[in-house]
Amino acid sequence: MSGAELTIERRVRSLLGPDGVVDTNPAGVPRVAPRTTEACALILEAAASHGWHVRLGGGSRWTSDDAPADLTLSTRGLTRVTRVSPPDLMATAEAGIRWSELKRALADHGAWLPWDPPGADRSLGSIIATGTAGPLRSGFGSVRDHLLGLTLVTGDGRIVRPGGQVVKNVAGFDLTRLAAGSFGAFGLITAVHLRLRSVPRADVTLARTGTRDELLQMAFAIRDAGEAPAALELASPGITGGSSWTLALRLVGSEAAVHEARRVAAGTAGKLEELAPADGAGFWNTLAENAARGEVTLRLGVLPAGLADALDLVTHHLDEECLTATIAGGAVRWTGAGSAGQLRLLRAAAAQRELPLTIERAPWDILSALGHFGAYREGVGRLVGSLRRVFDPTGVLVIPAGEG
Amino acid sequence: MSTVLDSLSGIVGERWVRTAGPALDTYASDGLPTINSPPRAVVIPGNRDEVIAVVRTLAAANVPFVARGAGTGLSGGAVGNDASVVIALTRLNRIISVDTVNRRATVEPGVVNARLSDATRPHGLHYAPDPSSQAACTIGGNVAENAGGPHCLKYGVTSNHILELEVVLPDGELITLGSPAGEPWGPDLVGLFVGSEGMFGIATRITVRLLPIPGSIRTLLADFSSVRQAGEAVSAVIASGIMPAALEMMDQSCVQVVEASIYAAGYPTDAAAVLLAEFDGESEAAVDAESAQIAQILQANGARSVRTATTAADRARLWQGRKKAFGALGRISPDLVVQDAVVPRSALPDVLDEIAAIAKRYRIRVSNVFHAGDGNLHPNLSFDGRNADERRRVEEAAGAIMEACIAAGGTITGEHGVGSDKLRYMPLIFDAETLTVMRDTRLAWDPAGLANPGKVVPIHACREWHAGGRARKAVA
Repeated sequence: MSGAELTIERRVRSLLGPDGVVDTNPAGVPRVAPRTTEACALILEAAASHGWHVRLGGGSRWTSDDAPADLTLSTRGLTRVTRVSPPDLMATAEAGIRWSELKRALADHGAWLPWDPPGADRSLGSIIATGTAGPLRSGFGSVRDHLLGLTLVTGDGRIVRPGGQVVKNVAGFDLTRLAAGSFGAFGLITAVHLRLRSVPRADVTLARTGTRDELLQMAFAIRDAGEAPAALELASPGITGGSSWTLALRLVGSEAAVHEARRVAAGTAGKLEELAPADGAGFWNTLAENAARGEVTLRLGVLPAGLADALDLVTHHLDEECLTATIAGGAVRWTGAGSAGQLRLLRAAAAQRELPLTIERAPWDILSALGHFGAYREGVGRLVGSLRRVFDPTGVLVIPAGEG
Repeated sequence: MSTVLDSLSGIVGERWVRTAGPALDTYASDGLPTINSPPRAVVIPGNRDEVIAVVRTLAAANVPFVARGAGTGLSGGAVGNDASVVIALTRLNRIISVDTVNRRATVEPGVVNARLSDATRPHGLHYAPDPSSQAACTIGGNVAENAGGPHCLKYGVTSNHILELEVVLPDGELITLGSPAGEPWGPDLVGLFVGSEGMFGIATRITVRLLPIPGSIRTLLADFSSVRQAGEAVSAVIASGIMPAALEMMDQSCVQVVEASIYAAGYPTDAAAVLLAEFDGESEAAVDAESAQIAQILQANGARSVRTATTAADRARLWQGRKKAFGALGRISPDLVVQDAVVPRSALPDVLDEIAAIAKRYRIRVSNVFHAGDGNLHPNLSFDGRNADERRRVEEAAGAIMEACIAAGGTITGEHGVGSDKLRYMPLIFDAETLTVMRDTRLAWDPAGLANPGKVVPIHACREWHAGGRARKAVA
């Protein structure tokens, strides 16, 4: 352990006092988990004035823990649900809470956040910072669509609170949407106000297996036939553990609406098998876990008509072991092991088709070379750079957003 | 300035540059009558390339500009002053493409909201955000304000429906934000741009999501003998788990005005409040079952009667009073201020009581017609602007209403934007640090500060203006 690191650790300890936990990772880099937003701000303010480089993390390993940094700032100490208001269908939670715990806390109040992000035991902050939505994106939109406001600590330790706690709000610029899905490029999200729904009265999953392309056709037929499904997801055998591709349809809502939608879907897609409730839940859990089981996970934004082509593209450059397609949500996801070279070629081929490819999680050597987002469209890189300087003027945050 | 105006004439043709007379008065206000400020000139480009050339010319001469659509905004946002030029985008009104397979359309900013849905209806698709001004307001203006509407309770506001934007930055550079399927290409700059009130640049092409037109719709009208009961019924409906497509409320003052007008919809004038609830979906059977269940919930929560409209004609009649309420209110006094605030749904009954008390205190007629499902209030203050004392009381009453909404945990605008009108309330909901970052965010898009200056962020409330605050370098 070098003298400089010791100094950082000592400084951090004296700044936090009892207001957080400090330890060191195996590489000797101090890791600090404050218990308040204000303490996070103190740390980042010190980092900005001392020129430390800081890695952000939530303990669920969705940021590269091998990123070079002088300090890791973790949200593990921020785990409270500070408010759940069932009549207003809103909640406020800190970013470090586990997704499973938050779901439970909301369910206790009859409330539901229609998210099913890939991965197991994520922190709330990691879901938001990476913007990883799961199959429910088809029916309920992106992660951002459920955020009413948030608390963000900028790279130089300012506390910013855009948005609010009400479901409709156009006061001020929408920095909430900017921060969500930006992988921490604009600061550390410490708390969020969430828009909830009532727990649906009925929740049914239907599925069938087949070849990829026949299921894709079936998916379009279902989409065109009727009610917008909560989820309409195509998954490769590696995701479901089966021997062929699976098309899964999830319907949620009132008993009457689900009953009708089930009838329409069955009439359209032939033999859809209805899963028992526990099997349905198990199916989606397995899908979520397997959709992030590789060391690299990525997503592509794809128009419905381009899904087959995008799936071919990923298969060609990587493999088709763990692939999913969110039919109406316009996304293809892949997880596995890939080299920087393969990913770069895939991204270039995707860019030619106007498909943005976001690398959500990867080892540092890949991320630092390729960035989460890669090359921006013309003119956008300059704008993103200017925005990052507003939020992190001295470059404290180690976030490879654009191409490195 | 005269050389600049000559250059603008050279770009768009002389007939599309207005520098004097009644033409300027037309652009001196938007839908907010209390602000009247004619611009130095109005330029009306005919296509994207002309927009770029106009913006470049103005940027080179350091002349501020205000982009403007139909001018139906209600916050004084699309209004300039004698040092600025209004760029009216009404001639950029082409629907460029409708992609039925992928359910999206690309339009120019001057396309009128309702016209887009008219054009996509033959394909069974529509553009969901439906502000009350949809027959006149433009998609570009909707993007600038992040417009809402009654049906955004279920379908979301403008921000949830914009996939891709082509933007002329304030220095004239053309960039594309988002991607064809809506997935951000990097940070969500589309999300940041929507609702930026013309301060980040001018959107010249807008790709929107289209949704299938629901196959089945039911509209319910319930009336209550107290506003509090109506507010509680709203919470009960939301808690049922059945998401109404719209859930609108009108108080007695509003109902009486509507019923006395040519827009009479048959609302009971002795009711303290009426609630309009709409349910939609693909299947008749499911929507019937859901609306029957909601009718029961409304009755169990104190509704005196519940009427259900099934046919399009009946539904249109029930909606007519709601949609024309602002028009009807406009007839009972020379002037009308439509306020816009949001409170947590559970606070609706208390806040409505407080608004009634404020109306009484300031001797101003306040009528409420609003999006109850998401707590988005629209108190309408009727007054005679020729009377200085009445004007002052309206100002004070509007301020008191805002403070009451903020105290209840709400916000100062749900869909009309901050513009000029709400600037003074911004420090009540955002601290100096947040306002400073918002201002600097704007400067990242527009370092020279030429695009619609002076709106949204009250500069005096930012960090470096605060005595005792951490000193930070002021950016021009």
